[in-house]
Amino acid sequence: MSAPLLSVSGLTVALPPGGDRPHAVEDVGFDLARGEILCIVGESGSGKSISAAAIMGLLPRRLPAVAGSIRFGGRDLLRLGKEEMRAIRGREIAMVFQEPMTALNPIMPVGQQIAEVMEAHGEGDAASRRARAIELLAEVRIPSPELAVDAYPFRLSGGQRQRVMIAMALALRPSLLVCDEPTTALDVTTQAQILALVRDLQATRGTGILFVTHDFGVVAEIADRIAVMQHGRIVEIGARDEVLSRPRHDYTRRLIAAVPRLAGREVAPRPAEPPLLAIDGVSKVFWRGGLLSRRTPVHAVRKASLSLARGETLALVGESGSGKSTLARCVVRLVEPSEGEIRIGGTVVTGISQRAFKPFRRRAQMVFQDPFASLNPRRRVGEIVAEGPITHGTPRAEAIARARELLALVGLDPAAATRFPHEFSGGQRQRIGLARALALEPELLVADEPVSALDVSVQAQVLALIADMKKRLGLTMLFITHDLRVASEIADRIAVMRQGEIVETGTPAAIFTRPAHPYTRDLIAAIPGRGWEAARG
Amino acid sequence: MSGFWRRFATNRGAVAGCVVFALVLAMAAFAPWIAPGDPWSMAGPPRTDAFDPEHWLGTDMLGRDVWATIVHGARVSLLVGGGATLAAVLIGVSIGAVAGYLGGVADDLLMRFTEFFQSIPSFILALLIVAIFQPTVGSIVVAVAIVSWPPVARVVRAEFMSLRSREFVQAAVVLGQGTWTIVLRQILPNALSPIVVLSSFMVATAILLEAALSFLGLGDPNVMSWGFMIGSGRSTIRIAWWTSVFPGIALFLTVLSLNLIGEGISDALNPRLHERGAA
Repeated sequence: MSAPLLSVSGLTVALPPGGDRPHAVEDVGFDLARGEILCIVGESGSGKSISAAAIMGLLPRRLPAVAGSIRFGGRDLLRLGKEEMRAIRGREIAMVFQEPMTALNPIMPVGQQIAEVMEAHGEGDAASRRARAIELLAEVRIPSPELAVDAYPFRLSGGQRQRVMIAMALALRPSLLVCDEPTTALDVTTQAQILALVRDLQATRGTGILFVTHDFGVVAEIADRIAVMQHGRIVEIGARDEVLSRPRHDYTRRLIAAVPRLAGREVAPRPAEPPLLAIDGVSKVFWRGGLLSRRTPVHAVRKASLSLARGETLALVGESGSGKSTLARCVVRLVEPSEGEIRIGGTVVTGISQRAFKPFRRRAQMVFQDPFASLNPRRRVGEIVAEGPITHGTPRAEAIARARELLALVGLDPAAATRFPHEFSGGQRQRIGLARALALEPELLVADEPVSALDVSVQAQVLALIADMKKRLGLTMLFITHDLRVASEIADRIAVMRQGEIVETGTPAAIFTRPAHPYTRDLIAAIPGRGWEAARG
Repeated sequence: MSGFWRRFATNRGAVAGCVVFALVLAMAAFAPWIAPGDPWSMAGPPRTDAFDPEHWLGTDMLGRDVWATIVHGARVSLLVGGGATLAAVLIGVSIGAVAGYLGGVADDLLMRFTEFFQSIPSFILALLIVAIFQPTVGSIVVAVAIVSWPPVARVVRAEFMSLRSREFVQAAVVLGQGTWTIVLRQILPNALSPIVVLSSFMVATAILLEAALSFLGLGDPNVMSWGFMIGSGRSTIRIAWWTSVFPGIALFLTVLSLNLIGEGISDALNPRLHERGAA
């Protein structure tokens, strides 16, 4: 084997004093060969992004590299001056960032942004740069590149913008590409296309790729080798199949076990009884535009119909903008449907006054997506949980006492009641959010992406908690998610939504093994790491 | 909150501002003991030079003691500054909260109403209001409040608009809380910081406005005010400079201290911003 393209050894990056650990990254070492994809995988705060930033020479001033070396092309990147590093950056090592929406300059045509990279390194003239930009756009498979070259970023979709980012990175044919969570902000079908593109680049150009991600599905899909990071250290590194099927380190084992299984579970049919929740032909139209501009309708939900039997869990699955959250918000009346009927326990609740709806608030509760935005930062946890019952007439002291019990029920210390939300981690906050919803003893729980903002191991715990609560309290649940793995793990039935329409409903077994709608098939085909799923057993 | 006080206490300007402002407050509170008697009545011979052992800031053309006028003037300055700010914050928060929370047509109407006030030069409007009503402390407070609420309304509206869509507010709706509870308990406490910062600057502006009105002779004729002293000493500034200069310094220090406090609060509430500035 020839010398590696990139060789990192003993890399240590200091954290500012007063942090929870002295180093962001400690004694990190790995080699990356030409034409190899090395995935660095870890949870938030594991130091994976810092490692990538160190290679690019993009460490913030507060986080200096204090030890180790990063050898690339016969030089140690940590010892290079600013100008020398600038010459390497873009030309020999390029980077693709996570957020395609903000990584492009919104007021410059994309072709010009690609040309800028070449200009910065004194490559070619205006005409040849433009020609090369078109060539690159074709290479990353942007439709009609001759037109796209003059398009502004807002005209492109998220996936297309990420392709443009990749085109920029490839402009000078770098031998090393650093990708920091490049598909995390994208929908699953778009993600599949970008991953295919990355694989393709590696195969045709022999580019070495360092791919930072938190998603084991993605890892299983594209990695040649895997490095697992925890608390700033690499705990395990090895060939993909080796790490995935025979993990040696305990942490790797736990991480892999936490990834929800994609199983086409067969669920026993329920006895026919009147549904607890019935959604009948519900549509929601938002109007865009103000007083002076012309108002255009946006059809968020079109004629959606669903019904949930008592005790059933229905997962509503779809990509961003599919209308799944809007439909869920119609159920708890955060959004007023434009047409159609919603019945809870047989009573029509659409079109009745807020006052008449108040008793139904007890019966239908919601858990929200963002653990950081869903709790009022100025109120104590006990008050947050007790607020619902107090609103519905429970005496304050009794409600607070009950809140402490609920906190214990969701696995928190009852003493948490006197603390503020910012003292808790994301997973703990989701537990508090769940306790708040359960405080009203609802029959129906609407959960809007309750685990998508959480790390995979925390996600598994919260999912298990939700499933447990559901069983113990006999809840009926409408579970919104974009993640088919999560849906397959928690749901009795799955409904697939696209562009405001429910295209298919069925048991997990039916959806995964016999998808009827072409879109469902696309969605399932796009799930990263499906090949690995078979091997997981 | 302890982090807030620690950051505030390390800001030298803010602490100096607090000290100066505390002195002004003490002066106003204990005026009858610090400078007994009526500040309007003759205390010594007219035009006593400054640094005279009897009248150490001198006396004016009518023999009034300048130190006494400053001590008693602090009362009206703080009264107008505090009162007008309180009133302006009440008006501004109410209008901004309704506009920001309800949105739509209510927002459009309330914001056009706010812009109507913003499109009139504020000092002229204040002059007009005081001239129409009798110039009393009360009417001055009203006038200053009426011209200074629009910025509060705008800030509060923006805060409410962004907070209204937060998930914790939606959660409160789902729990069944009423609009008033949500506005007062969920949203308003989270919008307080910018209101507090803005108010401390507004007190300073209100004090200046009152001084300007008194300077033009539209102050309350029954109470001593810094602006009045500066105005009345203006014609004799070449022969008795101290009658204008010392009240001017008092005004300057008070306004400066309030601005320092305001900036201190703002920096302590947004430590990130401060950090970047220091790096």
